[in-house]
Amino acid sequence: MMAGAVQGLLKRIMPQLVILAAALLLNFIVFPDFFHVDFRNGRLFGNIIDVLNRGAPTALLCIGMTLVIATRGIDLSVGAVMAIAGATAASLVVDGHGWFTALIGALATGAICGFWNGILVAVLRIQPIVATLVLMVAGRGVAQLITEGTILTFLNPGLIRLGAGTILGIPTAIVIWICLGAFVAFAVRRTALGMLIESIGINEASSRLAGINSRVLLVCVYLVSGLCAALAGVIVAADIKGADANNAGLWLELDAILAVVIGGNSLLGGRFSIVASLIGALIIQSVNSVILLSGMPPEFNLVIKAILILGILVIQSPKVSYIWYMLRASGPQPQPDRKTPRPHRATEEKTQ
Amino acid sequence: MNIKTTLLAGAVAFAPVAGFAADLTIGFSQIGSESGWRAAETTVTKQQAEERGIDLKFADAQQKQENQIKAIRSFIAQGVDGILIAPVVATGWDEVLEEAKDADIPVVLMDRTVDAPDDLYLTAVTSDLVHEGNVAGQWLVDEVAGADCRVVELQGTTGSSPAIDRKTGFEQALEGHDNLEIVRSQTGDFTRSQGKVVMESFLKAEGGENICALYAHNDDMAVGAIQAIKEAGLKPGEDIKIVSIDAVPDAHLAIANGEMNATIELTPNMAGPALDAMEAYLADGTMPPKWIQTESKLYTAEDDNKAVYEMKKDLGY
Amino acid sequence: MTDDTAQIATPPGAQDAPMLRAIGISKFFPGTIALDDVALTLHRGEVHALLGENGAGKSTLIKCLTGAYKRDAGVIELEGVAITPTSTAESQHLGIGTVYQEVNLLPNLTVAENLYLGRQPMRGGLVSRRRMVAEARAVLADYGLDVDPGEPLTRYSVAVQQVVAIARAVEMSGKVLILDEPTASLDRDEVQLLFSVIRKLKARGLAIVFVTHFLDQVFEISDRATVLRNGRVVGTRLLNTVSQHDIVTLMLGRQLEAKVHDRQGGTAGEMLLEVADLGKRGMLEPFSLALHKGEVIGLAGLLGSGRTEMANLLFGAVPADGGTLRMHGKEIRVANPRDAVRHGFALCPEDRKTEGIVGDLSVRDNIVLALQARQGWMRPIPRAKVNEIAEHYVRTLDIRLASLDMPIRLLSGGNQQKALLARWLATSPDFLILDEPTRGIDVGAHAEIIALIETLRERGMSLLVASSEMEELVAYSTRVIVLRDRRQVAELTGAQITADNIVHAIADDPARGAA
Repeated sequence: MMAGAVQGLLKRIMPQLVILAAALLLNFIVFPDFFHVDFRNGRLFGNIIDVLNRGAPTALLCIGMTLVIATRGIDLSVGAVMAIAGATAASLVVDGHGWFTALIGALATGAICGFWNGILVAVLRIQPIVATLVLMVAGRGVAQLITEGTILTFLNPGLIRLGAGTILGIPTAIVIWICLGAFVAFAVRRTALGMLIESIGINEASSRLAGINSRVLLVCVYLVSGLCAALAGVIVAADIKGADANNAGLWLELDAILAVVIGGNSLLGGRFSIVASLIGALIIQSVNSVILLSGMPPEFNLVIKAILILGILVIQSPKVSYIWYMLRASGPQPQPDRKTPRPHRATEEKTQ
Repeated sequence: MNIKTTLLAGAVAFAPVAGFAADLTIGFSQIGSESGWRAAETTVTKQQAEERGIDLKFADAQQKQENQIKAIRSFIAQGVDGILIAPVVATGWDEVLEEAKDADIPVVLMDRTVDAPDDLYLTAVTSDLVHEGNVAGQWLVDEVAGADCRVVELQGTTGSSPAIDRKTGFEQALEGHDNLEIVRSQTGDFTRSQGKVVMESFLKAEGGENICALYAHNDDMAVGAIQAIKEAGLKPGEDIKIVSIDAVPDAHLAIANGEMNATIELTPNMAGPALDAMEAYLADGTMPPKWIQTESKLYTAEDDNKAVYEMKKDLGY
Repeated sequence: MTDDTAQIATPPGAQDAPMLRAIGISKFFPGTIALDDVALTLHRGEVHALLGENGAGKSTLIKCLTGAYKRDAGVIELEGVAITPTSTAESQHLGIGTVYQEVNLLPNLTVAENLYLGRQPMRGGLVSRRRMVAEARAVLADYGLDVDPGEPLTRYSVAVQQVVAIARAVEMSGKVLILDEPTASLDRDEVQLLFSVIRKLKARGLAIVFVTHFLDQVFEISDRATVLRNGRVVGTRLLNTVSQHDIVTLMLGRQLEAKVHDRQGGTAGEMLLEVADLGKRGMLEPFSLALHKGEVIGLAGLLGSGRTEMANLLFGAVPADGGTLRMHGKEIRVANPRDAVRHGFALCPEDRKTEGIVGDLSVRDNIVLALQARQGWMRPIPRAKVNEIAEHYVRTLDIRLASLDMPIRLLSGGNQQKALLARWLATSPDFLILDEPTRGIDVGAHAEIIALIETLRERGMSLLVASSEMEELVAYSTRVIVLRDRRQVAELTGAQITADNIVHAIADDPARGAA
């Protein structure tokens, strides 16, 4: 049974794995030492580690985003929630609280933001893109109020360890996103949550009539998204030992949405795979890595990124997959020749 | 209170001898508070006004030109003695500056200039971005004293004028010094986190031991890069020399801690020279030059960075 | 496998070249052959019924003809010229117009705009609105419609919209008209309006394809019928030479069991549910109802009479604004479907697609959905148990599918309906509400569902079944409630339950006169 599930998952994420491999290969081509990893200063050190580490915020965001998108929603506010959560954590440690209090405070802030979004969407029935836009715009202002417009620098070693520390030599951020991703992916499939979320995303009316409490589930997914964003915000702040309300998580909501899409999840909701989204996040980070390692002038950054992402999306487009499918289908197995009609079966024509 | 001040100000203006700047009313249209430096500029401007006994009317435009124009019109309507503007964009000012001129209210531009005939404003107080880069480059040239040095550069936001000018100035300073070579240059978007991310990739792409110096277009990126260098097991300030621009408090702290070598100050005190010019003009019609360049002061380990940090940290950076 | 070919006929007066001829049409989908060497000939001035169970290949054939699908093999000739339309727009241009069950017009535009969209009469580079309205009026008059073309389309009934859609298709195309289940949501009078239009078009020499599940209508309007089964043509018949029974036999490939049923008398078991004064303003006047175990209450009434509303109110799908429910003598609160499910209610809604199935989920997940929702997300049904449940119902309800993993939307209508029944049976409900359980499904599934209702009743379940098919209601109901104008107008029991009586009760309204 377990083996079957693994096989199904592999089949689902195969396109993403292939693209990730291609993106990593491209890194290897522009920078042959790309896969070199050594142990330095008590931590794993290498480009591939950077990809995993720098992909952490997007990866964390796309865990929640995948669930939200599966319900046919979208959460534009995650970048702003990151800023708020980072600011909360920073201001708490600056005020002398411990790192754990700061973390809990930040997560609570994220939960409140997510809950707010969820209420707007599930109870007030505001379209998700509009509902979350509110917090996207206002959230950064809230974060600035908390930091009073400055980069709130802190020196609390516990909090810094969350972003820049290591666990067994592995950067903490990597451990956090992989663990959380695995936990949520596992949890939604081991409980009935995944199926119920998909059901809402595909057909909310049917789901409601089948007795699903869509309202509570919707609030929950936005809440999870807010929590993921808060965690990402803490990590980003810890990474630079400061909460930068202006720049923390700026435009990251778009990267998260892109990661979900590259993960092969439909923006129209329904079937989803968190693992595929996470690989999507790694693909985006690999593309960023190519740009940094290539040494091209920064004027080309966005163009290169756009071209690579476009390429990835084209490869994944239904039309191209169909062509692939047809090419494969017309390959080895012989097809009966159906080009010529066989009038003897066309009974009707006899009498003509 | 306001009416009273305005009346008093009017009385002063009509008085034959208006040698005292006290009781002046000045309007200040600020862009917003998008960065720590901007916040510090606001704080310093308010401090400067207070020191001089000027009644400062402050308007935050929240990054919108229409808000600035509205604020200026209301300053004119209130009959202020002078107006300070930190313009959010370069164009579209002619009309409102005309109005100020017609009302005989002198306008001083701060921090940025505008595309308008220069008889529409009294003067512009700005820093010279190219010069800042130049100072940084010159410092590095002197510091390495002829030794070979591979330099990496963290640029500001691609296409922004500080990024272009600070890059140009730095390159000008390096010209003719073949021992210095910029081996990698990438944008860090003026942010700490991108500064850190890009520095990480520099360290791997070049090998940390092969990089002799880092030039960052602002302190935030340098502070991010310092962390990346530390995480790579190198000593910032020793293994890799670091010079950047802005002189925000955290940069002074880093220099004091020996993790950074130099920073060039983009002074938040634009208001000082601006108000000097304004007061002189209002007192006896002294025309200042059309462009007042603020000092680009170089801070190194020789300065008392601890003290500067203490002084600056409450300015709102 | 194929029937003897001697029976195949051309319509009288069809010596001239056919309007459309399709030969050897084949279409493959991953894992299935949707159409296998299908032939179809349409003559001028002919109404040609296309019949078959759900999943037989009717829609696929139509889509191949209109270019919505690319056929994998075969030839299509229109007036002797081979054509290969690659889009419905192209086939429209060539002369093949299609009207679907769900009218695909733009409801917010006016009638005239819908009629002329994309080819508005122009004057000096601008759309001449006046001319458009005038021309539309003239065109629609030809179709026997007296409507104001300047009014938004939504102002008019589905039947009128249907005719506008037909007019648009005919005016644009004018050679072949394909009507895909045009009567599915029309009442009796509206069907007659539609048929009069079809007859006019027939006289104009159009070749008309008529796809429907209603055999009476097929015999009323069509000249010939082609029957598909499992993607193949099993026969084409001249309808005046065969009986309904023959056609049904062709469609099913087996004999239908006689639809005779000896109703148990009103011998009801213990009281299950008492409804008092349940209603909602503007939707349904308060009604009361007492339901015993092992009882089937039939709900009769025209479209819009309040049948669906009653089902939805009982299930909490729409909150009532008054009234009480008592189950087993205890008062219960049903504010939403979750409450209803918890109390052992179940509802198969009328609109299978938008309120029933969860299209992209697998058949397996669809079947266990309600059970899982009732258990809560914390307690997932073990995989093995899920499979057991799904397989059980696939077997007992004879749901035909390639795999339990396939998305339910790929199943035919009848099989979707069975899967929905399975979803609710899996929750072992005490009270099952079926809203039009046999609408739009094929004859075989139809009979099976009626038999299932009977079985469930015998097992002591209580059912409420809304249907517009009188014969059906007569077959399974122990009581029939008749609704009209959003209120209950009659209740028939025992021997009173006959199709005639029901029709009489529905129509017994001074305003309507005798039916």
